[in-house]
Amino acid sequence: MTNPARSARVRPARVVLAKPGLDGHDRGVRVVARALRDAGFEVIYTGLWQAPAQIAETCLQEDADALGLSCHSGAHMTLFPEVMHELAERGARDLPAFAGGIVAPADVPALATIGIERVFPPGSRLPDIVSWLRERLAMAS
Amino acid sequence: MAAGALGDGVVTKERKTFSGLPLQPTYGPEDLAAFDPARDLGEPGAFPMTRGVYPTMYRGRPWTMRQFAGFGSPAETNARYRLLLERGQTGLSVAFDLPTLMGRDSDDPFARGEVGRCGVAVDSLVDVERLFQDIPLDAVTTSMTINGPSVIVFALFLAAAERQGVAFTDLGGTLQTDIFKEYIAQREWLFPPRPHLRLIGDLIEFCTAEVPRFHPISVSGYHIREAGSTAIQEAAFTLADGFAYVELGLSRGLDVDAFAPRLSFFFNSHIDFFEEIAKFRASRRTWATWVRDRYGARDERSLRLRFHTQTAGCSLTAEQPMNNVVRTALEAMAAVLGGTQSLHTNSLDEVYALPTDHAVTLALRTQQIIAHETGVADVIDPLGGSYFVESLTNEVQAGVETYLARIDEMGEGSMLEGVLRGLDTGYFVREIAEAAFEEQRRFDAMDLRRVGVNVFDGGEDLAVDMLHIPMETEDAVLAALAGRRAARDEAVAAAALEHLERVARGSDNVMPALLDCARSECTEGEMVAAMRAVFGTHPESIPI
Repeated sequence: MTNPARSARVRPARVVLAKPGLDGHDRGVRVVARALRDAGFEVIYTGLWQAPAQIAETCLQEDADALGLSCHSGAHMTLFPEVMHELAERGARDLPAFAGGIVAPADVPALATIGIERVFPPGSRLPDIVSWLRERLAMAS
Repeated sequence: MAAGALGDGVVTKERKTFSGLPLQPTYGPEDLAAFDPARDLGEPGAFPMTRGVYPTMYRGRPWTMRQFAGFGSPAETNARYRLLLERGQTGLSVAFDLPTLMGRDSDDPFARGEVGRCGVAVDSLVDVERLFQDIPLDAVTTSMTINGPSVIVFALFLAAAERQGVAFTDLGGTLQTDIFKEYIAQREWLFPPRPHLRLIGDLIEFCTAEVPRFHPISVSGYHIREAGSTAIQEAAFTLADGFAYVELGLSRGLDVDAFAPRLSFFFNSHIDFFEEIAKFRASRRTWATWVRDRYGARDERSLRLRFHTQTAGCSLTAEQPMNNVVRTALEAMAAVLGGTQSLHTNSLDEVYALPTDHAVTLALRTQQIIAHETGVADVIDPLGGSYFVESLTNEVQAGVETYLARIDEMGEGSMLEGVLRGLDTGYFVREIAEAAFEEQRRFDAMDLRRVGVNVFDGGEDLAVDMLHIPMETEDAVLAALAGRRAARDEAVAAAALEHLERVARGSDNVMPALLDCARSECTEGEMVAAMRAVFGTHPESIPI
């Protein structure tokens, strides 16, 4: 007997990693993409220069279980809220989201209120990112 | 972790440099059995330039202290420049904001949130005039970190100099222009590679004839290293790019000695002290050898690899940010012992944001202490002849030559074609991503240690002040731009842009047409659009 909900859960968790805006610093996102893939996640990396609406579209089309945003340009307080707004517009307000990059600690609480649950700054360990995401998605399912 | 936990007392444990080169416990004469000081070192300022590019080095003149700076509006950045000059800085270095770097105007929808944030916002001539207000452009040298739109921003700069009444022949400085490392690492380009190379060729020709004191290209390894490469990859890919530009100049019919002396370089100084010193020395020797033997340069000035250095942004840590002052001082010391011509020292707070006045002053003072208190600048190449440093220099050079041979092979005997091929196939991006992943893996495994992060992470973080760029800055820049768009002579601007597009379609040098656009108050975004209509765009390839 096939149970759609069950078979949906058997597939590997799908994570969209995205670079909003004009920022080209992609060292971090590429390293994280590889670590998540090695850990069994299915990773969809958008590449550079993504508009917030494009990122939200990608999350829907790819049936994403989580979204990771990367920004090193200082525009995160403009771009991250726009991405979260575009997700909410498409009924995906609850998609678990996390971020990495150059984010001042003072900005972290404000990002949490819009649904960016964790920020991993430079110096983060890959196993910590992997285990956080595993636990977060286990919680969700 | 307690201090004792790291001293495991096992002296035979394998040790490696930061980039993974194996290290012996000690080095001696047997490691330099084939070493010939006359051949491998030479005199300072003479082939093969291992000891430095000038006979007198810092005894003649200390390195240029050049802090990369820019934020907010042109007026705000102008104030920062004047502060730095007043505190003893000796050259200017412009950091542009991301929309400017990507060829977009401040009112472009993609610029939202980015205006003035990681550099200064520049849209048209008035902005560049304001940026250098009360700073005579013939009295300082100006470095501009701009690549995709470098010819456009240079045209704005030249037009601003005209309005100051400064002759092009009196302008000194450096334009980064290095598009190869954009595709390879920094990832800011506008057009496909070959149109960019045509623009760079036009720029080299124009500068050789009209702006002879300016360096039109700064061949850059800094960003390659920040993207995660090893020291050897940084040196190898940068030198390969440099040779490709030499071949570009030759293909335009220029004599190598007419333009090679105007090529300059830009390297990273990372945290592994001796590996970095070896990298600088090996790079100089490799450049001198190739330019003489492969490209037939006869003028000694063509053989001089002159370089700017920036300490490694990626070595700084968000944890215990005061530690960054120490890291930066040591990296700066390696750059000086490696013979740099100019230096930027990072500020302790740059892991969070652009630096405050206080932090940038401390970074400048770090250089001044090295130059004027420590005595390390009094003797040229003080580590020359060290068994270890010479061995490591040889080893880095051998690693570099292996990569160069590979790239030469990819181009079937042409470094220019080899580099282009490597861009097409994703070779460089993959090589660097692999090294970045390996570095992270070693960090996670505690094989690479970072104090305050994965060792000695106890204690309280001191809070540091941070530079905050308010959203009002963006509003003010947008209002000023709207005012200028409304006030200019629309017919003159449109005619200049139309002329630019025609020239881009043909084969004449684009610089005069760009200068006309700059004088006509065309914006950067408009000039890019005119050229994009001819050159097209270039998608990113995304191998992970």
